[in-house]
Amino acid sequence: MIEAFFNIEIMKAAWPIVLTGLWNTILLSLIVVPLGLLGGLILALLASIKNPLVRWPLMAWVDFFRAFPPLVLLVLLFAGLPFAGLELGGFACVAIAFFLNTGSYYGEIFRAGIDSVPVGQVEAARSTGLTRMQAMRYVVLPQAVRNVMPDLLSNTLEVVKLTSLGSVVAVPELLYEARQAQSITYNPTPIVMAAVIYFLLLWPLVRLLSRLENRALAGRR
Amino acid sequence: MSGWDKFVETFFNAKVMWKYLPDILSGMVVTIELALLIVVTGLGAGLALALLRSLAIRPLNWLIIFVVDLFRSLPPLVIIVLMYFGLPYAGPAPSGFVSTWLSLAFVLMAFSEEIFWAGITSIPKGQWEASRSTGLSFGQTLFNVVLPQAFRLTIPPLTNRTIAITKGTALGTVVAVTEILGQASSAMSNSYNPSPLMMGAAAYIVLFLPVVVAARWIETKFAWKR
Repeated sequence: MIEAFFNIEIMKAAWPIVLTGLWNTILLSLIVVPLGLLGGLILALLASIKNPLVRWPLMAWVDFFRAFPPLVLLVLLFAGLPFAGLELGGFACVAIAFFLNTGSYYGEIFRAGIDSVPVGQVEAARSTGLTRMQAMRYVVLPQAVRNVMPDLLSNTLEVVKLTSLGSVVAVPELLYEARQAQSITYNPTPIVMAAVIYFLLLWPLVRLLSRLENRALAGRR
Repeated sequence: MSGWDKFVETFFNAKVMWKYLPDILSGMVVTIELALLIVVTGLGAGLALALLRSLAIRPLNWLIIFVVDLFRSLPPLVIIVLMYFGLPYAGPAPSGFVSTWLSLAFVLMAFSEEIFWAGITSIPKGQWEASRSTGLSFGQTLFNVVLPQAFRLTIPPLTNRTIAITKGTALGTVVAVTEILGQASSAMSNSYNPSPLMMGAAAYIVLFLPVVVAARWIETKFAWKR
């Protein structure tokens, strides 16, 4: 058992490979999380225009990407687009897929946050002479973000976990590197290492979220 | 041939689509089976853990919290890969289907336990005390007083989470499960044409879009007035 899953010799040999994967996962997260946040913010700001011509297509867009598995989107971009003469690397595909998929989730969260700020605040802000944009930027958004902080964090956790999909399109992130190491050594220890690293990396966030969520749900009565 | 015709010929090739339609349909059956198994076992196990936790046995609760945290922090694909490629070294060799089912069921179990537990703890202590003092047993209080209220509170987050995890059935393709994406990918490489992939994409929309729309409706219906 220990021989197979916690083999010290193999850990030593695989460590540099797994470490490279860890750095790439961190880098990838640092790129796709802001990208998703940006996409979400754009969607939520568009949704704040209370015009049915804007709102309905937007809702359809968000629902579409909530229904569509991210891996299918990724494979579509990676394996489908080359037939249209557009060959993007694995990395670019991950970036685009995450922008579309996680952007929709972040968008719903931001929208809920903006909705949670009373209308009176916008009216008050406007009546003091702030423009629509200024009211959004200085009055609504700061409160909106604070109100939905737990959901934003929870989605960010999911996004970081989702970067493991990159392994399917040969992006050398943690899971990909661990599987490489596994196939070289014929031993599953590198995958166990990757799992332990994911756990140690994300556990603090899970603990924090668990507290925030309990409080939020209990407070909603 | 115009550019548009060429585009249609490539991505929506009727001949290829007709040929691989049975494959995609059989993939849909596998996806539905997998999804139902995950939802039933995952939610069932999650509820069972939340109920166990309400017994307030210290060491047991620590164990539950650890298991829940573990499956919340590991990416589902890592769990699937570990089960499919790792477990055989220790003896049991689960199929791709079983690996995907168990992995995603564990993940759903973890998330739903948290949500059910939050729902249970949100019921004020006074209600427990009042029920018990009227002569209801612990079980009766739980099932007739606490859970009906807790469920109502947990439905919106629970539906969202369940959809997000059930969509993960597509991950099964990594461990050779013949669900929609797996069928579509192999049909694409056999036909050198992306039309099967477009069909696969459409199949996911057909399956999941109604669920997402229903979830949106449920969310507004059960929304708590601020």
